[in-house]
Amino acid sequence: MMDKIKKTELMKKALDVRMGIIEGVHAAKSGHPGGSLSCADILTYLYFEYMKIDPKNPKAEDRDRFVLSKGHAAPALYSVLANRGYFPVEDLKTLRHIGSVLQGHPDMKHIPGVDMSSGSLGQGISTACGMALSAKHFGNDYRVFTILGDGELEEGQVWEAAMFAANKNLSNLVAFVDFNNLQIDGTIDEVNSAKPIDKKFEAFNWHVITINGHDFDEIEAALKEAETVDKPVAIVANTVKGKGVSFMENKVSWHGSAPNDEQYEEALAELKAQYEEI
Amino acid sequence: MSEIKTVATRASYGKALVELGKKRDDFIVLDADLAAATQTGMFKKEFPERFYDCGIAEQNMISIAAGVAATGKKVFASSFAMFAAGRAFEQVRNSIGYPHLNVIIGATHAGISVGEDGATHQCNEDIALMRTIPGMTVINPADDTEARLAVEAALDADGPVYIRFGRLAVPVIFGDDYKFEIGKGVEMREGSDVTIVATGLMVNEALQAHDMLKAEGISARVINIATIKPLDKEIILKAARETGTIVTAEEHSVVGGLGSAVSDVVCEEYPVPVVKLGVNDVFGHSGPAVKLLDEFGLRAVNIVEKAKQALALKK
Repeated sequence: MMDKIKKTELMKKALDVRMGIIEGVHAAKSGHPGGSLSCADILTYLYFEYMKIDPKNPKAEDRDRFVLSKGHAAPALYSVLANRGYFPVEDLKTLRHIGSVLQGHPDMKHIPGVDMSSGSLGQGISTACGMALSAKHFGNDYRVFTILGDGELEEGQVWEAAMFAANKNLSNLVAFVDFNNLQIDGTIDEVNSAKPIDKKFEAFNWHVITINGHDFDEIEAALKEAETVDKPVAIVANTVKGKGVSFMENKVSWHGSAPNDEQYEEALAELKAQYEEI
Repeated sequence: MSEIKTVATRASYGKALVELGKKRDDFIVLDADLAAATQTGMFKKEFPERFYDCGIAEQNMISIAAGVAATGKKVFASSFAMFAAGRAFEQVRNSIGYPHLNVIIGATHAGISVGEDGATHQCNEDIALMRTIPGMTVINPADDTEARLAVEAALDADGPVYIRFGRLAVPVIFGDDYKFEIGKGVEMREGSDVTIVATGLMVNEALQAHDMLKAEGISARVINIATIKPLDKEIILKAARETGTIVTAEEHSVVGGLGSAVSDVVCEEYPVPVVKLGVNDVFGHSGPAVKLLDEFGLRAVNIVEKAKQALALKK
C-alpha cells in the first residue's frame, strides 16, 4: 500500500485531470468524455508517479514512451500532459479548435509530450510494439506503455500486435486495457465482445494482471509486478465509463458527446466537491 | 553484340540492403513472411540480428515500422506491393504518413509482371494509393542501378518513402556513373515531336519505342521518371512546351499513376495532349510475365501506337 499523503496527492491530481477533460470537451462542443474519464486514473499514475519523463525535455531520448492506442481519449491525455507541465492547462479550452495544436486525436508532430499520433484503433498497440522493439534492438532501457479500449480489442490488428509482442519477447511493453464495458453502439457484449479479455492475452502468451483501474494501490502493484516479468504485460483494468461525473457514469451516450453549459457546470461542481472531500 | 544484363529490381533491393548494412548499423529491416520473395532474405542472411520477421500481418508490420521510426531510428518495411500499399493502406496513411515518419516501404512484386500468381497479387494500384498521402515520396526505379541508388537515397530522405520493385528481371539501363536524385527526372533521349514519359520497366520499352519512331521519321523525347512524387514538374513542363504532346507509359493502372500525375501538372500549367499507356482499369490474370506484358499492351510497339495518337492530337 502506498502512503496516504501520496495517494491523496494522486487523487487530487486525477480530479484536476478530470476537470481538464470536462473543460476540453465542453469548449470543443464535441469529443469523448466517457472513455477519457475511465482512463484518467491510470494516466495520472503513469505521468505523475511512474514514467521516466521530464516535461522540460519532452524529446529526451531515454524517456519512457506512452501511446494512447484508444486515441479518442485524447482529452484525458492532453489534460494529464497539461497538468504535468508540458503546456498550459488553459490551452485545454482550445481542444479541437481551428488554430489549436490540440487535435481531436493525438498528434505527435505538434503537441508537446505526445510520443505517437494515434486515433485509428488497433494501430497504437502496434506502434507501441515498434517502440519497444526499437529500445531492445538499439540497447535503450526505456519502457513503453499504452492504453487500449475494450471495444478497440475488436480490431484484428490488436491481436497481430499481441502475437508479435510475445514472439519478440517485448518485456519492456505494458498494455493497459480500459475495460469499461461500453462502446459507441452499446455494451461490448451487445456489439462484439472480445471477452474473455484476460484469457485471450494469456493465450497470446502475455503476462496478465487484472485490477481495479481506479485504485492507485492496485495500479501501482500491477506496474511493480510488470517490472519483474520477462514477457509483455497486459493490465486489464476494470473501469467505469464516465468515472467521477455521476450522470455520465456507465452511460453509453457519453461516449462521444460533450456536456452543454448546464451539464458542464454540474460536472465541474461535482468534481470540485470530490476535491474538497479529500 | 554483347548480351544485355537483366536483373529483377527486387534483387537490387536485397543487394542494396546488404551493402547499406555493411556501411551502417542505424537501421533495421522488417518483412512479413516474404523474405525469400522480396529478397530481404539476403539482408537476413548477412545480418540476422538486424532483421525482424513480423509474420503474415502486414498491417501490424507497417505500424511497427512507424513505432520504430517514432523513436528516431530508421527502418525498412517490406512486403508485396499489394499488401504493403493495398492491405495496409490505412496504416501507412495514419501511422506513418500523418506523423511524417522516416519509414522506407520496400514494396516488391508490383504490377502485372508478377505473372503466374494472378490478379490477387498483381498490384496495379499502389502508385495511385501512395501518391495520395501527403508528404509521401513515391519511387519506381527503372533498373538495377537506379533501384540500388534509390534505396540508398531513401535512407536519408526526410519523411516516408515508398519504393516499388518488380519480380521480373529487366534490362540494366544505367551504368555505374549514373547519379540518382530523388525528385529528378532524366532525359534519356532527345526529341522534338513528342515526349514519352516512362517509369519502371516501361523505360526500357520507351527507349526501344524511340528507335522505332526514329525509323519512321518521328523524333521522340524519352524521359525517365523514377520519382512519381514529388514529380519533377520542370522536366515535364519543358517537354510539354518543346514537343507539344506527351505519352506516359507505366506498368500500373491508367487510373491514378504516372499518367495521372503528369496530366495533373500539364493540365494546370501548360495544357497539351497527354495519352496514357498502362493497365486499362482491368484486373490481370495468371500467365508468364513476358506474355502478360504483351497481352496488356505494355510494350514498345504499344508506346509507338500511343505516340502516333498523341501526335494526331497535337494542334
